[in-house]
Amino acid sequence: MSSPIGQAPTVEAAVSSGRSGAHAYDVQGLFFCYGKLRAHDVRWVLRDVNLHVEAGEILGIVGPNGSGKTSLLKLLAKLAAAQQGDIALFGTSLAGLSQEDMARTVAFVPQESAQMFPFTVAETVLMGRFPHRRRTRWNLGFGWEDRDDCAAAAQAMATMDISHLAPRAVTDLSGGERQRTMIARALAQTPRVLLLDEPTAFLDLQHQIEICSVLRRLRDDHGLTVVIVSHDLNLASQYCDRIVMIKEGAVRSVGTPSEVMSVEVLREVYGCEVLIDPHPESGLPRITLPRQYVPFNV
Amino acid sequence: MMPSAGHSTSPAPAPSLASPPLPSPSIQIAGYDQPFQGAILTASRWWVIMGALSTVALLLALVCLQLGTQYVGLGQMARVFTSALFGLAGDNETAVTTSVILLQVRLPRVFLGFLVGVCLASVGVALQALLRNPLADPYVLGVSSGAALGVSLAVLFGIGTTVLALSALPICGFLGGLLALLVVYRMAATYERLPIHSVLLAGVILNAIFSALIMFIASIMEPNRSFGMMAWLMGSLTAPAYPALAALSVYLLVGLVLLFKQVRVLNILALGEEPARSLGIDTERTKRFIFLVSALLTGAVVSVSGMIGFIGMIIPHAVRLVVGADHRLLLPASALVGGMFLMVADTIARTSFVPSEVPVGIITALAGGPFFVYLLVWRKDRLA
Repeated sequence: MSSPIGQAPTVEAAVSSGRSGAHAYDVQGLFFCYGKLRAHDVRWVLRDVNLHVEAGEILGIVGPNGSGKTSLLKLLAKLAAAQQGDIALFGTSLAGLSQEDMARTVAFVPQESAQMFPFTVAETVLMGRFPHRRRTRWNLGFGWEDRDDCAAAAQAMATMDISHLAPRAVTDLSGGERQRTMIARALAQTPRVLLLDEPTAFLDLQHQIEICSVLRRLRDDHGLTVVIVSHDLNLASQYCDRIVMIKEGAVRSVGTPSEVMSVEVLREVYGCEVLIDPHPESGLPRITLPRQYVPFNV
Repeated sequence: MMPSAGHSTSPAPAPSLASPPLPSPSIQIAGYDQPFQGAILTASRWWVIMGALSTVALLLALVCLQLGTQYVGLGQMARVFTSALFGLAGDNETAVTTSVILLQVRLPRVFLGFLVGVCLASVGVALQALLRNPLADPYVLGVSSGAALGVSLAVLFGIGTTVLALSALPICGFLGGLLALLVVYRMAATYERLPIHSVLLAGVILNAIFSALIMFIASIMEPNRSFGMMAWLMGSLTAPAYPALAALSVYLLVGLVLLFKQVRVLNILALGEEPARSLGIDTERTKRFIFLVSALLTGAVVSVSGMIGFIGMIIPHAVRLVVGADHRLLLPASALVGGMFLMVADTIARTSFVPSEVPVGIITALAGGPFFVYLLVWRKDRLA
């Protein structure tokens, strides 16, 4: 656990300078496995992960199925605890932060959400205000949302283009609409760091692009730090500032999309050949399937 | 519309000493005056609905007090109440009889019915949110039969007498109910996202085991005691004397207040475990707390009224359709509606087959069973 006093300048710097290279997260020597740690036969989900997330950047975590991407994200959100190693959020060890302190700074959007009850979209988004509720002993846990809460939720809904859905029940929404509602809930939390697990998995092309653009805008305008787990290498390549490639729980490669997305790295990590050429507009790497992998092609 | 600077300027609430202040929220918020008309629960809507429900509950209670083997009109009732309040003795024999019927028999019974309904519906709401299962109910999950087993054991071993002026039965019921909840919860926790139907199956199995044990206990008892136990098991409201009723009410009210304090947390828990944790809730502690309170309430209720089923499932469902899913209104509204439902069901139970009396559990089961099947069969798209 780090000393509170010594950290203050770092935090200040992180707030004021946005993208000046201050770290939102510092991850050191992280080992993680599910269940109890036994002396023999440990199956590490994450092995010796060292990385940092700069304040105000969009970091993509990519890798094959079961490589530990989601586990890493959960560790960053403090939803799971590592057996070894340390994660620091703006210079403060996660071990010293309560779940509530975390919730005011970090928002987490799970891969899918199974809401059984017909909460309206507006109600769901307003749940993101829970960490900011006022605490009084005698309100019997009711704590009505105030104007600030409604304003934050309305802003988040406008950002995710779901304002028109406000009175609809989340149980009646399409997968994409529900996903956007969940992201809006996270934005209503007014976080400094946004953690997203496969946010574009259920979305059509238009909404995929829209969400990625929104994330970039939030980063540019508000210095929001975004960590995003994705299967979509092209999306990650076009929209992330840096990419972490994970293979079997260990970091294989970190860097800008151009540094990470190489034929050699992808062959090693995914075990297949791909074609990589520069994107016609951005010049960033574009990954395509080679012809021999396309079935029924004469 | 004026932009509200509220959030951008106000610093994040001061964290504990152990952690230095983290950066304040970064997203600037523009102001919106009335962003969600009709889309969220507001305090005014809460007061209107709760006011209306309370009024209806009061009127229904008056109706239920009138009905019985002997009809008591409103005027007569008013006279009995005023004379009881001001300590006036009735001047003739019929007035005394009426007063006894009203004050010693009907009033405590109607009150007990209301209280039991309130508790069962509230526990139903809490369990549904906690297990994220719209079919959860203390009866269906076997919590009631666990409590009943605890109470039966207590009766068998003769610890049905009083401990510290309070009957020990609610505590035995609490322990039995807690055991059942722990088993159901262990199942739900082992397989992270447990399908609804598996939880129900766990309840079915628990119910079968507990029922068998209860039957076993009943069969080794002497016949007249076992007959009394069977009548109690089927769910019947027999009001205790006023001191015991008061003690029970205090016990139940404490439990209800503890449960009601969790309304907003229940909203968040319904989102799922991980989202709830990421919103700053200590889910493990909260779950344990709500389970304890649920078992406490169920145990006490079962010890006085036996197994009255399905209220915890039907009522929250019906109320949710009307008032929405926000637990801040759903929980108290379900409580009131549950109380009214059981009050009316009990009035039917004691008036429809005079001079004999139908156990009220039979009436709630006859109403609730088909509803359960309806939910399971016709609404299964929602429950997958």
